Amino acid sequence: MVKYTLKRFGLMLLTLFIITTVTFFLVRMLPGTPLANEEKLPAEIREQILQQYGLKDPLYIQYFKFMGHLVQGDLGMSLSQNGRSVNELLSDRIGPSAIIGFQGILIGIVIGLLLGIAAALKRGTWVDSLASATAVFGVSIPNFVLAGLLSYWIGVKFGWLPPALWGGYEYTILPSLSLSVYVIAQVSRYIRTEMVEVLDQDYIRTAKAKGLAWRKIITGHALRNAMIPAVTVLGPLTVNILTGSLVVENIFGVPGIGNLFVESIMVNDYTTVLGTTIFYSILFLGVTFIVDVLYGVIDPRIRISGAKE
Amino acid sequence: MSKKKWSLFTAIILVLSMVLAACGGGGTDEASKNTLVLTDKSEPPNLDSAKSTDQVSFQILTNSLEGLMRLDKNLKPAPGIAKSYEVSSDKLTYTFHLRDAKWSDGKAVTANDFEYAWKRALDPKTASEYAYILEPVKNAMEYNAGKAKAEDVGVKALDAKTLQVTLKAPSPYFLELTTFSTFMPQREDIVKKYGDKFALEAQNMVYDGPFSIDKWEHGVSVHLTKNSNYWDAKNVKLANAEVKFLNEESTRVNLYKTNKIDFTEITKDFADAFKSNPERFVLKESSAWYLELNQREGFLKNKKLRQAIELAIDKKTLTDAVLKTGSTPAGALVPPDIHATGDKKFRDISKEQVTYDPKKAKQLWEEGLKEEGLKNPVKIDLLGDNTTNAKDQMDFISDQLEKNLGVNVTVSAVTFKERLQRGKDGNFQLLLSGWGADYNDAMSYLDIFTTGQSYNRGKWSNAEYDALIQKSKNNPNFEARIQDLAKAEKILIDDQGIAPLYYRTRLSLLKPYVKGAVWNTTWGFFDLKGAYLDGK
Repeated sequence: MVKYTLKRFGLMLLTLFIITTVTFFLVRMLPGTPLANEEKLPAEIREQILQQYGLKDPLYIQYFKFMGHLVQGDLGMSLSQNGRSVNELLSDRIGPSAIIGFQGILIGIVIGLLLGIAAALKRGTWVDSLASATAVFGVSIPNFVLAGLLSYWIGVKFGWLPPALWGGYEYTILPSLSLSVYVIAQVSRYIRTEMVEVLDQDYIRTAKAKGLAWRKIITGHALRNAMIPAVTVLGPLTVNILTGSLVVENIFGVPGIGNLFVESIMVNDYTTVLGTTIFYSILFLGVTFIVDVLYGVIDPRIRISGAKE
Repeated sequence: MSKKKWSLFTAIILVLSMVLAACGGGGTDEASKNTLVLTDKSEPPNLDSAKSTDQVSFQILTNSLEGLMRLDKNLKPAPGIAKSYEVSSDKLTYTFHLRDAKWSDGKAVTANDFEYAWKRALDPKTASEYAYILEPVKNAMEYNAGKAKAEDVGVKALDAKTLQVTLKAPSPYFLELTTFSTFMPQREDIVKKYGDKFALEAQNMVYDGPFSIDKWEHGVSVHLTKNSNYWDAKNVKLANAEVKFLNEESTRVNLYKTNKIDFTEITKDFADAFKSNPERFVLKESSAWYLELNQREGFLKNKKLRQAIELAIDKKTLTDAVLKTGSTPAGALVPPDIHATGDKKFRDISKEQVTYDPKKAKQLWEEGLKEEGLKNPVKIDLLGDNTTNAKDQMDFISDQLEKNLGVNVTVSAVTFKERLQRGKDGNFQLLLSGWGADYNDAMSYLDIFTTGQSYNRGKWSNAEYDALIQKSKNNPNFEARIQDLAKAEKILIDDQGIAPLYYRTRLSLLKPYVKGAVWNTTWGFFDLKGAYLDGK
């Protein structure tokens, strides 16, 4: 188990290194420079400013400097927000992203679970069909389309909730809902499939035979075992929430990291683009890592085959 | 996990997320009735007036700081922190007398604050991207380029209330410049106290303008509130203003429709939807767009061919059907909002004519081709940016030229960087470009087409034109100067040095209850000093 975990961790660091390096060179290919007033700036002043930003050094020197700071956890200074560090920008913006991402997953899991259980128990009825339809809808509709629709209908037409902006609790509902739909779809499908399988198992029949209450059988035996495979989807779901937040935050004007990312690309803020990418990568790799390890804990077969590799 | 644990777990998470959401907190709707809510696409990089380069910053700084002068509702310079001024007869020395004005922390605004701010903007160490706007001040650019010392710069506080400015040449637009962000005063003690963090937070700066910033929520908004220490506070009617930062246009439109915001800029995507809406508000700006015609070599050296190109383009259709944001067809270079002298506009002195005449164009084109020994279909390359907006325009222009002149046009839509490079190298035949003025004067436009200027990418050259521009740069007689500039522009247009296309404007939505806000056409922002809300 320790060996398996260490190996996973090593792979994670390697992936992170590759992502960072590739992104570092890719952002430099963005058209333009971080200078805001480039066309009119006198040439000598332009050179001077680039010098101050450290953009006049050869690219490989810039790269080594950046990596040197990175290992100390320092993402450097933002090129567009003068005088503010990328770490500072990220920590300013993490709150809103965390709230809607967290709520999105939570709503998704709770509703997805209920829907999946209901579909499995009422197999072949309208409940099952409804759950299937919801799942197909959730997987196929991109969350930016859904976000736009929610903002327009719930926000503008009916006026039930604010169409955008960031303030009290009511502002978090629509963005969270937009993010949760994919989660609902995935979780409900997984749970339904697993539940159907588990309900056919002998031990369920045994439980029934010994006279256990139906509710107890579902929560204590069936659901518990059905949930194990569902853990695997947590990784992909987190990715979906992360990438979804890029667009959803923009549509709802949520001052989160996705919003910061889009803004920094538009103004060629190399360090912030890079810092945000690294942040996303760490988050994604971290979740994948935890899911991998968790899966090994839940299901010993994985751990053993992992150790053999 | 048992069922009890599950529900406990869920409950904890729900509570936690609500607490977190509350921390992220923000405005309530109660105060919104007294608050004018504007929007912009992104937040200012900083609010250091010496460094700002963007319209969001200009808007916030103009309303929270005040320079020597302030533009009145007709966009004419009126006394600001300076209550009066004298100009020497050679128009080179300005002496400003400051009034008893206070900063928001109660300290007096002094002439030193201006000298310090201007020199700080010019200091190479400050790395200001807008320092060149101080160019009319004697030795300003020399100091900025490290070729002169700070004490050589032509700005000096004679005493606490008197500021003397020496210019390098007579500049009729200098007074207007003193209203601009880069020319606003700064407090040395505050700048030094906060160092790198100066003007990055609302509390890290002081204000001498109609409003002060009471809250700057990064990524969300900047909140302004009336500054009771402002010298003319009795004439400031608006209690609060807020600039919210929202990147997504459809989001802004949704918020506008639900009355959460009072102003938003819109692009042509929404132009049709709000075509006949009375809340549609055209944002005028000083921006001229034209085709540069490469005259280094090749057939565009022929004047008839150049003329044919301009005559073959239907500019009215270009502005109304392609651009859709209120822009107007141009027959010359200097936009309609540029001042001349007194109350006159430059376009009052020199009338322009917009002609679309495909027949005459074709005739001139055939004649020109004969003179050059060429035959149709001639190949022409049209260069421009790869933005959707630029591409739409280039497609239209290329259609027009192909239809009316019988030529083959190749459209090259390239990145900004490549466009600059190819323009500089002369690697184009037609180049779609534009120019926005940094100050409200015809010189800002006409200067760029003198021989050897880097923005004169078509390399049009005319000795008489050069002489008129050179003379105007040192002419203390401003009436005669404007006449010379009008003459120069006529030479440029008559000789078809460029092919004017349109004067650009942008489009926005503004609630009808917003009154008295003055839109600045040169730099593109609202001055809210006289603004008020009439029945929000």
